[in-house]
Amino acid sequence: MKKTKNNIFIYLILSCLLFLAPTQLLANEVKEPIDVKEAILGHMSDAYEWHITTWANHKHISIYLPVIVKHHDGGWVVFSSERFHESADHTYDGFYIDEARQGKVYEKGYEDRPWDISITKDVVQIWINVAIMLLIFIPCARWYKKHRIEDGAPKGFVGMIEVLVMSINDDVIKSSIGEKHYRKYAPYLLTAFFFIFVTNLMGLIPFFPGGANVTGNISITFLFAMMTFIAINLFGNKEYWKEIFWPEVPLAMKCPIPLMPVIELFGIFTKPFALMIRLFANMLGGHAIILSLTCVIFITFQVSAYIGTPLSILSFVMMIFMNCLELLVAFIQAYVFTMLSAVFIGLAHPEHHH
Amino acid sequence: MQNLPSILTPDFGLIFWMSLAFLIILGVLYKFVFPILIKSVEDRKNYIDESLKSAREANEKLANIKVESEKLLKEAREQQAEIIQSAMATRDDIIKKARSEAQVEGAKLISEAKKQIEAEKEIALRDIRGQVAELSLQVAEKVVRRQIENDTEQERFIQRLLDEVVVNK
Repeated sequence: MKKTKNNIFIYLILSCLLFLAPTQLLANEVKEPIDVKEAILGHMSDAYEWHITTWANHKHISIYLPVIVKHHDGGWVVFSSERFHESADHTYDGFYIDEARQGKVYEKGYEDRPWDISITKDVVQIWINVAIMLLIFIPCARWYKKHRIEDGAPKGFVGMIEVLVMSINDDVIKSSIGEKHYRKYAPYLLTAFFFIFVTNLMGLIPFFPGGANVTGNISITFLFAMMTFIAINLFGNKEYWKEIFWPEVPLAMKCPIPLMPVIELFGIFTKPFALMIRLFANMLGGHAIILSLTCVIFITFQVSAYIGTPLSILSFVMMIFMNCLELLVAFIQAYVFTMLSAVFIGLAHPEHHH
Repeated sequence: MQNLPSILTPDFGLIFWMSLAFLIILGVLYKFVFPILIKSVEDRKNYIDESLKSAREANEKLANIKVESEKLLKEAREQQAEIIQSAMATRDDIIKKARSEAQVEGAKLISEAKKQIEAEKEIALRDIRGQVAELSLQVAEKVVRRQIENDTEQERFIQRLLDEVVVNK
């Protein structure tokens, strides 16, 4: 057993070296300085095409995705993002991608963004994740339909999903919100948990069906925070609002100047805001570290192959470690988001205390 | 805003598609997956609880039945012993009674036999007495007839008889 482990380790190093060899050749050929910040942000940003790899001589292999934009003078247009590359000035139908302004689509002659609901890389990733979730959960649901209670508990994959769902449902949602109200919120929180979890995991896969940085994009976490905000405040009971506007503090702190109510009101918004930033920053940070470690390989090889090789091995090992850590973080962040959402929702249903 | 990286600026298109995707997956899971999953698990939990409860009850019942059967067996044995005892007592009683009855009957029979014998004896004695009287009368007649032939003697004898009768009177 131990020998096998050693063999695997040697194999890893060898394969790592094998992968590095062409990189070194490429680096020697190209010899242009790498903009690390641009490379990392580029990998993490949304795009109108799904860039898969760059072949030698700057030949890009990408999946071109549909752009759906609205002209400023009305009328929606749908076209493939490949059209941008076909014309000489990189425009199509008056639209162009402005690299200086976040690489978004703009219309010629207008400064503000057009309405843009393009199927971008992140959108494709989101739909892939939805498909994966359906593939996970629909067979589970079918299993429960086919079996009766007397048949016993499911085994294998369905059993695993059941354990995961029930542990989130019982240990996180039920215990945080309370026996009385949790049923109403459980589907949303479970869906959010699994969506974030699947998206986080897919974001760790470095090639096509995954790899888009979705949960590390503020739009996504903003939406999640928004939904939790609605869940907290739309169904908060009378006691909850009373604690905000007329908390049980000495009268001086709330009567002439409503100090405590202002702080409490502020808290309504900081809670979801913290949720948004926490998930966003954690996922972004993980991606950034892994990408940075990847960049180390390219930078050091630009300096010299002799410095590059040992540092690359080091960074390769670090990357494996970071990926393992990110696997953990992928779960933890989904868990933390669900738990904090549940806790905040639970706080919106305070029991009468005398 | 536009100086920030794109991942830090909310994008309408992305939010739009994300909301749509999330609502769809939420709808599907809300309608078809989580209720049936959670319900099945809860039902199974209840089913297991019930099964355990009924198993425990059955066990208790079984234990009760065992105790009861032992009790019944014990009672039966006691009853059996009692019945045997009473039967023995009855038997003894009957024997005793029969014996005493037989004694009484025997005694009665014996006394009756004695009475009869007495009566028979009386009759026999009376008979014998009659015959003896007759015999003695005949003997006396014969004796008298022979002695009468002598007159003097006869006279004397009559005289004496008369005397005796007078004296006896």
